[in-house]
Amino acid sequence: MPLYHDDDQAMLADSASQFMREEGAIAKQLRHWRDKDCKDGFGHELWKQFGEMGFTGILVGEDDGGLGMGHVEAGIVLEEIGRNLTPSPFLASSVLAATALQHGGDEVRGRYLPGLISGDSVFAVAIDEGAKHRPETIRTKAEKSGNGFKLSGRKDFVVHGASADMIVVAARTSGSDDDKDGITLFAVPKDAANMSHDAVRLVDSSMATHTTFDGVELDGDAVIGEVDGGREILDKVLVAGRVGSAAEGIGVARGAMDMTVDYLKQRKQFGKLIGEFQALQHRAAHLYSEVEIARAAVIKAAQLLDGGSDKADLMASVAKAKVAAAAGLAVREGVQMHGGIGMTDEYDIGLYMKRDRALQEFLGDRYYHAGRVAEMSGY
Amino acid sequence: MPENADLDAFRAETREWLEANCPPEMREPVRDEDDVYWGGRNASFKNDAQKAWFEACRDKGYTVPAWPKEYGGAGLSPAEAKVLRQEMAAINARPPLSSFGIWMLGPALLHFGTEEQKRHFLNQIARGEIRWCQGYSEPGSGSDLVSLQTFGEDKGDHWVVNGQKIWTSYADNADWIFCLVRTDKDDKYRGITFMLFDMASEGVSTKPIKLISGNSPFCETFFDDVKVPKSYGEGIPAQVGEVNRGWDVAKYLLGHEREMISGADGGERTSAIGAAMKRIAGELDPVLRAELAMFDVDALAYACMGEKFLDEIKVGKAHPAQPNMMKYAGTELNKRRYELMMAAGGSQALEWDSEETGGGKTARGWLRTKANSIEGGTSEVMLNVISKRILELPGA
Repeated sequence: MPLYHDDDQAMLADSASQFMREEGAIAKQLRHWRDKDCKDGFGHELWKQFGEMGFTGILVGEDDGGLGMGHVEAGIVLEEIGRNLTPSPFLASSVLAATALQHGGDEVRGRYLPGLISGDSVFAVAIDEGAKHRPETIRTKAEKSGNGFKLSGRKDFVVHGASADMIVVAARTSGSDDDKDGITLFAVPKDAANMSHDAVRLVDSSMATHTTFDGVELDGDAVIGEVDGGREILDKVLVAGRVGSAAEGIGVARGAMDMTVDYLKQRKQFGKLIGEFQALQHRAAHLYSEVEIARAAVIKAAQLLDGGSDKADLMASVAKAKVAAAAGLAVREGVQMHGGIGMTDEYDIGLYMKRDRALQEFLGDRYYHAGRVAEMSGY
Repeated sequence: MPENADLDAFRAETREWLEANCPPEMREPVRDEDDVYWGGRNASFKNDAQKAWFEACRDKGYTVPAWPKEYGGAGLSPAEAKVLRQEMAAINARPPLSSFGIWMLGPALLHFGTEEQKRHFLNQIARGEIRWCQGYSEPGSGSDLVSLQTFGEDKGDHWVVNGQKIWTSYADNADWIFCLVRTDKDDKYRGITFMLFDMASEGVSTKPIKLISGNSPFCETFFDDVKVPKSYGEGIPAQVGEVNRGWDVAKYLLGHEREMISGADGGERTSAIGAAMKRIAGELDPVLRAELAMFDVDALAYACMGEKFLDEIKVGKAHPAQPNMMKYAGTELNKRRYELMMAAGGSQALEWDSEETGGGKTARGWLRTKANSIEGGTSEVMLNVISKRILELPGA
């Protein structure tokens, strides 16, 4: 398979690009909802439109009513989301939760997937415990109770946790905190008793929660997949989410870079366009090179994942770490090269810096993933 | 899809052919320069396996698999060539033949050559009969290559060439040279001719340059009243492209040179280096381990870029200036790789000629890589080109 978009994928990119540019634009979505102090951090109307475009069910199999496409296609949508900083639950709902739910039985799939695909519902995934992504350790416990389970513990950085209709929770059903096995995934309805959401606004105006489970009673049919067999599904959710967030990150990087290169062609100082100065040219050219390379890693990781390759996990971490470096560079150079105006709220470049920061942390930062690359490579 | 079925069949066929024809000795990593056959009039094979592998590939057209059959290639489609590359990488097969003819003159002839030139020269290259060197840089013309002064005086049916080239790779082992020669002193860009001539011509002399690595892969090459005939036969002019339009050929070729130096090979051979460094160092300092991990992320990502770039270039999707980006990123990465190898190797990596280190292989390799970001256009020139041609920044 060549490492560029085929004709169908290029068409999808065109329609996703147009949709995000028009409907998902910064002024229309991100700034609009932020300035209204929206508690959901995104517009439900837009999310419905995502559904109408078919984006919401892009990864869901055709038998379940989705488009049955792959991570390359999901990545195409995410890159446009990143480029326009479009706030939506796409990554949480249509990539992470959709990956988890597809491993559920008929009952779970039938109950949740129609709403996920139509865009009527929003889904979140609760993995992290603590401020850093360490999915190897899971302390949140689900104990057998009657025909079901009782869930206790606390999850952090639950993106869209407050507005979600259902949260996929990774909990421990056996073994000790650091065990690989003994994890089970649960589909927990938003209105379950004894669950509280402490909603927090993040630096990029997105919303997340600290979610506390204080003996939340769950039916046996809330289990996604097998009891104690959740690690395998969780790993699939993580790799899908990492490739997805890398794709969004590369969109952020390209959006920031394009904006900055345009600025270099407009801004005059010392009687010259600042883009004429070699000191800035070389930095812009280096940035271009880093962003191009990172983008290749993202497409490769998505292709490997779609092809079921055993290298997908390694390449997902490569892509996540490389994008973090490239996008971080893009937003830092972006603000610096914009000069004073780059520090103003009125100008969009700072919004790219904020979104990048949040994406960097989501599902593991550059250091976490570089460390994983080392471990998977035997050192 | 039938297309994939064909490719699968080709893959199976290729695997079988490689199994039958690639000797086990040719599936070992390349350690020394003579581990790869370079061809030429005075070439000799290091061993029988090298000879057998070269001859099998030559007869199959696999020294230049993507070239048309009539020019000595196998006429493979881009997709087939990728399959062959992947299958060769899978068994770690050495290249059957390396040469500047394959990498550089070949692409220039394919693009600019006359039909007779192609048939004549490309077949020689594919069959490893003539070893070529490249005469570009001059003592006064490095990054500013177009200022070159080597002059060819028009004498009717021949030119008389005088001047000096420098950094001519392996000129002392080469049979022929493709050389940029000024043929019009009044026109900087349209006064250069891309000439081909025999290094055995009277008046050509070479002098190896000893580098900081202690090795001498480059030469100074002197032309003292060298007589270059204007034609080598019917339809075979001595120049590629038109007289005085050699700069177009040179620019085209620089793209290929940059692609080659970038080390883009489709990425199939790239794997993380950290584990090997750990074996060398025994225990990795945590900070060194971290740097290795960051390097491996960059190297593995760059390998994806290499694959993407080669895929795109085949179908004309790559930006024409993209080789400059590849060259910049690839050479900077290679320098980093050797810095880390030196760090992991510690005092042993300092040894210059001990047997244990294969004669200071790491140290000499480390020093050699410093040329990567100078030869074929410096990193700074690459960044200039990216600024101007890709980012379209003003006045660059």
